[in-house]
Amino acid sequence: MTRMAATRDGYGQALLDLGSNEKVVVLEADLGKSTKSLHFRKAYPDRTISCGIGEQNMLLVAAGMAASGYIPFASTFAIFTERAFEQMRNGVARPNLAVHLCGSHGGTHTGTDGSSAQSIEDLAIFRTLPNVVVMHPCDDVSTRILTIQLPELGKPSYMRTARNKTPVLYDGREDEIKIGKGIILKEGNDVAIIACGVLVSESLKAAEALEAEGIHATVVDMHTLKPIDGELIDKISAQCGALVTAEDHNVIGGLGSAVAEHIVGNTFAPLEIVGVPDRFGESGQADEMLEVMQISAHYIALAAKKAISRK
Amino acid sequence: MSKSISELEEIARKCRVEIVKMVYRSQAGHPGGSLSEIDLLAALYATRLRVRPDEPKWGDRDRFILSKGHASPGMYSILAEMGFISHEDLKSYRVLGGVCQGHVDMKWCPGVDFSAGSLGMGLSFGMGCATAARLDKSDRRAFVMIGDGEMQEGSVWEAAMAAAHHELGNLKVILDRNRIQNDDFCEVQMRMFDIPAKWKAFGWNVKEIDGHNMTEIMEGLDFLEAPENSNGPSILIAHTIKGAGISYMENNPSFHGAAPNDEQFHQAMIELGEVEA
Repeated sequence: MTRMAATRDGYGQALLDLGSNEKVVVLEADLGKSTKSLHFRKAYPDRTISCGIGEQNMLLVAAGMAASGYIPFASTFAIFTERAFEQMRNGVARPNLAVHLCGSHGGTHTGTDGSSAQSIEDLAIFRTLPNVVVMHPCDDVSTRILTIQLPELGKPSYMRTARNKTPVLYDGREDEIKIGKGIILKEGNDVAIIACGVLVSESLKAAEALEAEGIHATVVDMHTLKPIDGELIDKISAQCGALVTAEDHNVIGGLGSAVAEHIVGNTFAPLEIVGVPDRFGESGQADEMLEVMQISAHYIALAAKKAISRK
Repeated sequence: MSKSISELEEIARKCRVEIVKMVYRSQAGHPGGSLSEIDLLAALYATRLRVRPDEPKWGDRDRFILSKGHASPGMYSILAEMGFISHEDLKSYRVLGGVCQGHVDMKWCPGVDFSAGSLGMGLSFGMGCATAARLDKSDRRAFVMIGDGEMQEGSVWEAAMAAAHHELGNLKVILDRNRIQNDDFCEVQMRMFDIPAKWKAFGWNVKEIDGHNMTEIMEGLDFLEAPENSNGPSILIAHTIKGAGISYMENNPSFHGAAPNDEQFHQAMIELGEVEA
């Protein structure tokens, strides 16, 4: 039986793991229970700064602390990080201060709160900022490992985590996880599916369904959207000759765009982008949202066949 | 760091000359807010800030954040006067590759602690610096200068509330209350009603002074360094005149962000005692 867990729990565990570093500080905007920074708060109350429901202030308090030698981890819902976008742009990214921002409850997978809480543009907007590393891991293990690697990064980052549980893929495989390096989860020569976040496990399901039809797919977990692992994309483009991207995010500006931006100047292959079709979400269960948004395993498999037909 | 009132006034006069020269040379920039803030900056830098011009990144320095980052000529002029940068560097204001970027930038200019230019950000950043100082058990302080128009940004009040909540007695704000913003007088653009009462209600120590009277400025800085409630953040509300020191710029919204022409430049140099009439 596959273990199920939420990526936000991996984030909370990572902060605890990082706590022994006295330079690590955590900033909250009244959502510590949700983003899972609450565990750090309990263990290290002196190094946890409540910013109330004030995301703009939180980002810049973090910037001031980073400029003073601390390693700040700030979190709120993905949707509310967007409220502080200009603070992230002008006060964090521009002076290249190593503030680590985590947006939990990202994507339509967040579910029943409805469209106001379902960020489908966070990966796009943070990807546009110079200096900022952008990640969206798929399970609690990789979230924990990637978060633990952040203090060594020395530059700002944005990481999206998800509210709901997804299959755990990396138990015992911690050593394979590195910021900026995509991971091949399954190999095949007909088509390559590049996914991030909650759609990684959907992509594996799609690959399984394709296999039953005699189509052999490669599946990549592209947990880091920026810098994108161009070397890996070149390799699988050459190997498979057809690409699909899958993300719980608007088709504009996210993983699909990142891959497209890469292949147009490198090893070109037909590309199908599976993502939220430029519309807002609505209330529904996580699995229902995947169907409504046409981003479930079924749609990923359809896109794979279409990409192959365009070879 | 003791200086007489007349010595401070002379520093401010020299800075005014540089401010006008910078804006005149580049034919762009913000003279009004630089001239309104400069008496305050001169006194702060020359008598209070614990900084090392030859070691600008000294970890235990007081931080100074010019949140109204467009009023950069004022800051550059005092940084040159203090020796963080050279007077030659002032010629690089708004010039490609110059240390004196259009808005103060920590990546370009020694002595600049925060890259400002977008209003409403400096107070939050200063709160971060003050929080870090407390965690370090250091007695360094974070000074932040904000503008009055800037207080229309909601994030200023997020920071004001948070800094009082966290009892950041090491956070010191100077408000350059020059009553003019980009488009017009503040009272026309957005009335702010009782400013001292607002800050008091947010839990801050508050004092008002004439921001061009050096004796009052020194009293105001005494207050900032030792406020009544030492556990609370403090704000010095300095009533100033936009464009102070240059007759045709004073209280003139046109000189928020405009450069003097040749004739106006000559007149300014006369008024500042640099050339004879």
